[in-house]
Amino acid sequence: MSFGPHLFLALLEGTVTAFVLALTALGLSLVFGVMRIVNVAHGEFFMLGAVLAWVCASLVGSPLGGFLFALIAAPLAVGAIALAADRLVLRRVDYHPESTIVATIGLLYILQQAVLTLYGPDARPVPAPVSFTLQFPWFGYSGYKLVVAAISAALLAATWWLLANTRLGLYMRAAQQDLEMAQAFGVPARRVYAIVFALGAMLAAAAGVLVVPIQQAHYLMGLDPLLLSFIVVILGGLGSVRGTLVAAFVVGISDGVVSVFFSPTLAKIIATLLVAAVLVFRPGGLFGEERA
Amino acid sequence: MSKERTGEGFSRRRTLGTLGSLAGTALLPGAPAFAQAPKGKPIRIGFQVHRTGIGATYGRWYERTTTAAVKLMNEKGGIAGRPVEIVAEDDGTDPKRGPEVVEKLCKQHKVDFVYGTLFSHVVIASAPRAGELKIPYFVVSEGYHVASGKLNRYVFQPGITDVRAQVTAMSSWILDKLGKKVTMIYPDYAFGYDHRDFFGQAVAKRGGTVLEKLAIPPTESSFTKYFARVPADTEVLYHVMVGPGVLTFVKEMGEHFGKKRPQIFGFIDSLEGVDIASPGLEFLDGTYFWEAFPRYADSTTSAHAKSYRKLVGVNDSGASTADPKDVSTFSHMFGCWETLHVIKQAVEKSGYKDPAPGDYKKLVEALESMTDFAEGPGHPQGPKKFNGKLHQCYGHQYVSKVEDRKLKVVHRTKIEDSLYDPEADYTKQPL
Repeated sequence: MSFGPHLFLALLEGTVTAFVLALTALGLSLVFGVMRIVNVAHGEFFMLGAVLAWVCASLVGSPLGGFLFALIAAPLAVGAIALAADRLVLRRVDYHPESTIVATIGLLYILQQAVLTLYGPDARPVPAPVSFTLQFPWFGYSGYKLVVAAISAALLAATWWLLANTRLGLYMRAAQQDLEMAQAFGVPARRVYAIVFALGAMLAAAAGVLVVPIQQAHYLMGLDPLLLSFIVVILGGLGSVRGTLVAAFVVGISDGVVSVFFSPTLAKIIATLLVAAVLVFRPGGLFGEERA
Repeated sequence: MSKERTGEGFSRRRTLGTLGSLAGTALLPGAPAFAQAPKGKPIRIGFQVHRTGIGATYGRWYERTTTAAVKLMNEKGGIAGRPVEIVAEDDGTDPKRGPEVVEKLCKQHKVDFVYGTLFSHVVIASAPRAGELKIPYFVVSEGYHVASGKLNRYVFQPGITDVRAQVTAMSSWILDKLGKKVTMIYPDYAFGYDHRDFFGQAVAKRGGTVLEKLAIPPTESSFTKYFARVPADTEVLYHVMVGPGVLTFVKEMGEHFGKKRPQIFGFIDSLEGVDIASPGLEFLDGTYFWEAFPRYADSTTSAHAKSYRKLVGVNDSGASTADPKDVSTFSHMFGCWETLHVIKQAVEKSGYKDPAPGDYKKLVEALESMTDFAEGPGHPQGPKKFNGKLHQCYGHQYVSKVEDRKLKVVHRTKIEDSLYDPEADYTKQPL
């Protein structure tokens, strides 16, 4: 393949990766920004979304119906699990930063092993709601991947709108900037925390639902997105939503280009080196100045 | 995380099964004279199984095949008149866990042999521990690591052929029938490197060229980026993939190449446990696969192969008789069946009694002196040659073409086609 189409394919792959990554990492970033919690179980919410999408697809006969059902039901179910985790675990340790790391590691294993027990160790395919191939002169490309990018973009925009224009978004931003002051002004901190944790999980679950027709649902699939999300969140600046989005695109597109032209392993190496460099030269991340 | 299951539940079930089969044999009026009910201390075979992790699909079918083989053996008088008992332990397809499982089976469960490991990185990690413990370790793995001589005298692969033999047997057919310019796609670990090295060599020897070698991590979930690096003048795309992403791999290959695809030759590993008629795999029609044991039964299927299918619970399309959506790993799992029958032969020939150094020595030497396994109920895939110096068996290989969303055998190699110059001699190692 000559350089032009090769680059085009790299950019296509990179853009799709970037949108999914942004959606996954945004949840992690919100949870850290508002609650100061490093949620190690975040990748498992992604995995739960994918596995629930398989369940929905098996309940509903048509691929499109199953997909739409999953896109609504899976994030709701995962959000409910996250609410329960918040109530039963995180609140009990008083959202203490170190304790919550250990607690969410425990949560990771509980979720992973529960899925292994109930769903089994197999990778199961979920049919794509729409399947068409875009036939370019040089190669074919899965049309569904572009649908994934479009839906991710819509969900990102909706989250942005929620943060910028609603009372809940205001509470969240206030809690992030200065929790004590926010509480003094009557922000219901506990409820905001619970909602943020659930929202973060729901975003990851939605990403899982979107990705599963491309990847297949498997109980170990949460690890990769977790690592990449951490890379994105650290690059962008912990807790900065804008930083997360920018970093997702930097990582996603560079991953696409490096993977296509060189090797996917090299892409991961570069992303990790980038994180190290940012931590050395700009410890707060690229957009870290919002941190209080 | 690997999930542990102790052998207790399994052995209790096994014991019940054994009792059941004892009762069954006693009730059969026409039971042949040699089918004495097994009695005495059971032969305990430790089964290192990939119940979880990336090898889980294979593990499930390895376990079903093993259960069926042991049931049949116990019905037919066991091993040397003793009942056979399987002690299964999950290793999570994890090379770190592998040696621990070997040790646990040997020290804690006090099994007679360890058997059944498939994924080559787990085998390579576990084999040294078996060698240190001096317990015979029977792998069903396909990798060249046994015959290469890099493992040890206690490791045997008598029930499944190795990758080097497979690609040696396939290479001339591929180059003659499909094309000389090859691009290879393989998993990025030991098993994949066997393909890369030995197919690469065979291609060079027969006047072909390997244009590009693409190694893919076995945990990869997205593949489009790799296909972009397949050179445009590729005549044959040679693929072999394993892991949870195999269906995605084949689908994305179809999407990427569309109608302008080169000839495609795959190892069935890329689609083991996957229905050939899955949506998205339409483009596979007209492509070729290597098979060790044809997944689809046809008019040429032997009586032994038919009876093997029935006992394991596999229908004529290679799927479970209980659930047609549950497609088997047909080209690999027969290795479990045949390996267990080789263990039986070796125990009976050597007079092995107890897990003690003297008896192990007799057993290892008896195995090393074997040269042929005849086709029969214990060897339904076909006859095998066994090289006692290499601890490796050799057999027939198949090329199948995808036609009407099914695999149809188009070529069967001779056993001799798969032989290569030996590089090792385990019999020189001390016991």
